[in-house]
Amino acid sequence: MTVADYAFYLFAILLVASGLFTVVARNPVHSVLWLILTFLSASGLFVLLGAEFVAMLLIIVYVGAVMVLFLFVVMMLDVDFAQLRGGMAKFMPFALLIGIVVLMQLSIAFGDWTAADGSQALRAAVTPDLTEVHNTAALGQLMYDDFLLLFQLAGLILLTAMIGAIVLTLRHNPNVKRQNVMAQMHRDPAKAMELKDVKSGQGL
Amino acid sequence: MTSVDFSIVLPEFLLAVYALAALLFAVYTGKDKTAGLISWLTAAVFVVLAILIGSRSTGAQSAFNGMFVDDAFARFAKVGILLAGAAVLAMSQDYLKKHDMLKFELPIIVALSTIGMMVMVSAGDLMALYMGLELMSLALYVLASFRRDSTRSSEAGLKYFVLGSLSSGLLLYGASLTYGFAGTTNFAGILSVVKDGAPLGVLFGLVFMITGMAFKVSAVPFHMWTPDVYEGAPTPVTAFFATAPKLAAMALFARVLHDAFGGISSDWSQVVALIAVASMFLGAIAGIGQKDIKRLMAYSSISHMGFALIGVASGTVGGVQAALIYMAIYIVMNIGTFAFIMTMERDGQPVTEIKALNSYWKVSPTKSLAVLFLMFSMAGVPPMVGFFGKLAVLQAAVEANMTWLATAGVVASVIGAFYYLRVVYYMFFGSDVEPLDDTKGGVANIAVLVVGLIMLVGIINLFGVDTLALTAAEALVR
Amino acid sequence: MVEFFTTTNLGIALLILGQCLLVLLPLLAALAFLMYGDRKVWAAVQMRKGPNVVGVFGLLQSFADLLKYVVKEVVVPAGADKFVFYLAPMITFVMAVIAWAAIPWNDGWVISDLNVAILYIFAISSLEVYGVIMGGWASNSKYPFLGALRSAAQMISYEVSIGLIIIGVIISSGSMNFGDIVAAQDGRFGIFSWYWIPHFPMVVLFFVSALAETNRPPFDLPEAESELVAGYQVEYSSTPFLLFMIGELMAIVLMCALITLMFFGGWLSPIPGLPDGIFWMILKMGFFFFIFAMVKAITPRYRYDQLMRIGWKVFLPLSLAWVVLVAFFAQFGAFGGAYARWAIGG
Repeated sequence: MTVADYAFYLFAILLVASGLFTVVARNPVHSVLWLILTFLSASGLFVLLGAEFVAMLLIIVYVGAVMVLFLFVVMMLDVDFAQLRGGMAKFMPFALLIGIVVLMQLSIAFGDWTAADGSQALRAAVTPDLTEVHNTAALGQLMYDDFLLLFQLAGLILLTAMIGAIVLTLRHNPNVKRQNVMAQMHRDPAKAMELKDVKSGQGL
Repeated sequence: MTSVDFSIVLPEFLLAVYALAALLFAVYTGKDKTAGLISWLTAAVFVVLAILIGSRSTGAQSAFNGMFVDDAFARFAKVGILLAGAAVLAMSQDYLKKHDMLKFELPIIVALSTIGMMVMVSAGDLMALYMGLELMSLALYVLASFRRDSTRSSEAGLKYFVLGSLSSGLLLYGASLTYGFAGTTNFAGILSVVKDGAPLGVLFGLVFMITGMAFKVSAVPFHMWTPDVYEGAPTPVTAFFATAPKLAAMALFARVLHDAFGGISSDWSQVVALIAVASMFLGAIAGIGQKDIKRLMAYSSISHMGFALIGVASGTVGGVQAALIYMAIYIVMNIGTFAFIMTMERDGQPVTEIKALNSYWKVSPTKSLAVLFLMFSMAGVPPMVGFFGKLAVLQAAVEANMTWLATAGVVASVIGAFYYLRVVYYMFFGSDVEPLDDTKGGVANIAVLVVGLIMLVGIINLFGVDTLALTAAEALVR
Repeated sequence: MVEFFTTTNLGIALLILGQCLLVLLPLLAALAFLMYGDRKVWAAVQMRKGPNVVGVFGLLQSFADLLKYVVKEVVVPAGADKFVFYLAPMITFVMAVIAWAAIPWNDGWVISDLNVAILYIFAISSLEVYGVIMGGWASNSKYPFLGALRSAAQMISYEVSIGLIIIGVIISSGSMNFGDIVAAQDGRFGIFSWYWIPHFPMVVLFFVSALAETNRPPFDLPEAESELVAGYQVEYSSTPFLLFMIGELMAIVLMCALITLMFFGGWLSPIPGLPDGIFWMILKMGFFFFIFAMVKAITPRYRYDQLMRIGWKVFLPLSLAWVVLVAFFAQFGAFGGAYARWAIGG
């Protein structure tokens, strides 16, 4: 085994284990922390695949920003998880039943899970030749040239989400006093202040 | 990525640019004071785009490496979506203004969701499909809880969001299975891979995708969200839910099944047929006990989706044509009915109880007559337009050797007729209660009368919809 | 012998370990004196003497502090989440340390010559927030928690503009590798070929964002001793506290290294003709650390809403506009191609 193999097993085991702990952890903050470890392991796997750009993005976007906000929310929310779990215990048998049925259905045809002829060729056709292009450049080419439409649509989706969040939550409170930085900076001492020469012992 | 690509997506592009411009304009000027203006402007843009799309007569073109397909089928659906959106926007104005919901974001969100629908019906790729679907859905979730101070509206939005996300997840799972086993997300590519029998993984993927799409058309057994969302959402929003997105989702359904899996129609037609039967019966039976007209309309739309799915299930040109005709008629009927619901009020407050309609004919004989036509048409009573829609799908089923399906359709439509006729019964023969207000003027009232008239006049030639639908269906089913 | 270190697994591991120690030990030693320098600068601005008791001119002050911290008792508050409580300072420290793996000191003098080195640094620095937020939460106490929330919001806000500024540099140099970025700044005019001229406004923005990202004054609101006692560090003592301190200081030095590499030519000599080398790199970093120390001494602390306002309403739009501008300049080769000195490919 080479170092890469060891690293693969390390990351893979970490990934699965921390994914499991994400689900079973009692404390929601611990769940989020496990989830962070899951992401880190996943990005380690990406590095092993030679997709270092995606790996870094995974860390920057998910771990560095999304999960921080998650943690933020989870820490501030006062959710009674024992109560939620009580509900879960009630429905657990039913959920397990469904899960087992689906699993059985999926595995009935286990031997027959084969990809279609020509699917490999179709899959490879989209990817630029990685011997000629750097994988970051290839990713850029796919995203901004081939999938331009999808990229723009994703932008519209995010815009919709943003408008939606504002529409549903923004309330204009007329009683809020806001700081007007420009007005503050352009205050003229001559107009705002009056200097008086107070004689000692006499007062104003 | 050439100018040709952009000329093909021009309508969507223009609508997106319009939505952004309108957003900036409203934010930097009068905010909600511009809401009325922007609503009318959006409706006008919809109509202009519908004309632009309708006047295109080129054959099937694809853009962005097959991501986006512009053919007669997509154009038919897009024109329908745009006109439905415009009609709903126009007739909602008075209601929104009266109940203090006229915010400038509403028409902009409607425009954004319409872009999503247009992309959906033009999707030539699983990824484009998903993007369009999410754009539409996300906007609809927001619309459902648009009256944010009302618990019912918030509940509707939340329910729709949670269940909608679940269905999106199922759809995505299906799409990834399909990609995994077919090696491509492109519809044409999938079609070429599965032409001599689909591998099992693709079939599983297809089933999961059908699940996701059935949720969007609110077909049984993925219909649970519909009554609550219809009831909780503000009436204009419900009117929008019942029209444009349904057409878009149904068109998407047909497109995925035919464009990507057309070669294996024997594999999916049974599944779709079952969903259709279940929807027709559940919609027809569960609607009977309803006391709220918006809930009633929810069950009605579940049932109607079942009928439209018969056309899709038959897997033929005639079937798709019938489904399109059915959807067109369904949309027109719903616009009329919801326009009427918007005018239902007592002492200035909106009322949605069916019982409140008792003796409505004394209040407004003309509108009562229009609603009579509408309800008869919904029930599929000849000679109203709705009858021809039902006839078309049943014929298609018979021609596709699915007589059992057609029989089931007839039985379901007889059961369903009960609750439509009950509405009419209340209006003309119900016992006296405190009457509703006699609202006059406004687009909604005009819409009720016009649509009522259409139900009658349309029987002459269905306004040529059937020939257009035939062209559209021929473009899809090859 | 050479073969042992380049071919066998054990040899490679030993080599990497050696390289790490070679970077780390001098760095940690330097930190002790940087800390001392920081305090001296601060004292000088306030016309005090600063540390002057331990050793000659107080030079050994930091080591005395270190000893003091290490031998103190570790106090864990009741009700604290023990595991996370201990994990937090370790994360801060480890993140600060592993970032140095991708920082080159001279042409090719780097532990790991990553393709995406700049993103790696950015990713690591975005992880540093976890030390703060976990520490604040695990203490199970009000002030630390408030400090942690503030700090998380602050660091995320300024990360956005740092990221955008970095994108501008990436566009200009066409690479995410520090070696290439520095090579792209190697020109005939020495100091005037570096990116600080074409990217001038962003140098200032980056510096200010770096202050906020590392919780340095005037943006040290997470600590804000006047309102929050000491923010997320309130409940920490002894070695865990020391780890926090070292981690923070190291992050600051890292930011100095980043500015040096991205805008001030790294190890390049400012005067054409003089030899390039690690000497320049260290000198520049020292200079920026001096500026960091000066800022701490001469600026009053910002109010929290002002901090957020600057981050989101000033820095973000400016840096975003700059990315667009640089993209145009680079595409059309404006200003004699000053914005498009792609070191590789292009």
